Amino acid sequence: MDILGGLLLVAGAAFLFFGGLGLLRMPDVFNRIQAGTKATTLGTLLTLAGVGCLQPAWALKLLLIGLFILFTNPISSQVLARAAHRIGTEKASRTVVDHLAEDTGESS
Amino acid sequence: MMSKLKDFALLFAALLLFWGLLNASLATDVVLVGLVAALVIALLFRNSLSVFSEFRATPRAFATAPVYVLYFLKELVKSNLRLAAIVLSPSLPVTPGIVKVRTKLKSRMGRLLLANSITLTPGTLTVELRDEWLYIHWVTVESTDIDAATANIVAGFEHYLEVMYG
Repeated sequence: MDILGGLLLVAGAAFLFFGGLGLLRMPDVFNRIQAGTKATTLGTLLTLAGVGCLQPAWALKLLLIGLFILFTNPISSQVLARAAHRIGTEKASRTVVDHLAEDTGESS
Repeated sequence: MMSKLKDFALLFAALLLFWGLLNASLATDVVLVGLVAALVIALLFRNSLSVFSEFRATPRAFATAPVYVLYFLKELVKSNLRLAAIVLSPSLPVTPGIVKVRTKLKSRMGRLLLANSITLTPGTLTVELRDEWLYIHWVTVESTDIDAATANIVAGFEHYLEVMYG
C-alpha cells in the first residue's frame, strides 16, 4: 500500500510538472489554459489517491476534494477562456480556424 | 410542484451526506448543525440548477451513470498522456483553432456536464455555449467541418448523457 501510494504521488507530480511545462511552452492563452486544466486535474486526483493510500483514514475527505476539483476546474477554465476570447486576446499565429469569431462578426 | 419538492429533497439529502462525510461523526450537536445548515441552503437554492435537477430517474439512467464516469476517467487519462507527448516533443506539434459543434442534448444540466466533460478531455476546451452550439478550442484541429468535429468531440459523451438527462 505504501509503494502504491508513493507511485501514485510520483505520477501525480509528473503530470503536474507536464502541466507547468505546458504553461511555459504553449503558444497562446487558450493552449495554456488547456495544458493547465487537464494536467492539474489528473495530477491532483492522482496525488489525492496517493495520499489516500498512505493515509486510508482520510479517504472520504480526499474523495470529496477530488469531486470538488472535478466540478470546479473545468468551469473556471471555460470562463477564463470565454473572457479571454471576448476581450480579443491574441491567438497563436498557427491558429487554423475560429468559428466563434466568425459568428460574432469580429475580425479574427 | 412535485418535481420542485423532489429537487429540494435531493439537494437537502446530498448536502447532509457531504456534511456527514466531512465530519465523520454522528454526535448530536454535529448532526443538528448539519441538519439546520442543509435545510437553510436547500431552501435558498431550491430553484437553482443542481446535478439532480433534470436527471431522468430511470433504471437505465442509473445504470449509465457509472459507465459514464468510467468513460470520462479513461478520456481524462488519455488526454493527459497526449498533452504530455505534445509538451515534451521539441517541435510542439499544435494546430490550434476554435471549431463549432452541435449537441442534441436539450436539458441545461446535460449541456453543462457535456461542456465540462469536453473541457477535461483530449485537447479540447469549451469556450462558449450558445443554445445548441458549443464553441470548442482544439489544440490539434482535425476537422473544421461542423458534423465531423461533432462526431469527433461530442458524440462519445453525448451518447451517455442523452440517457441520463436528455
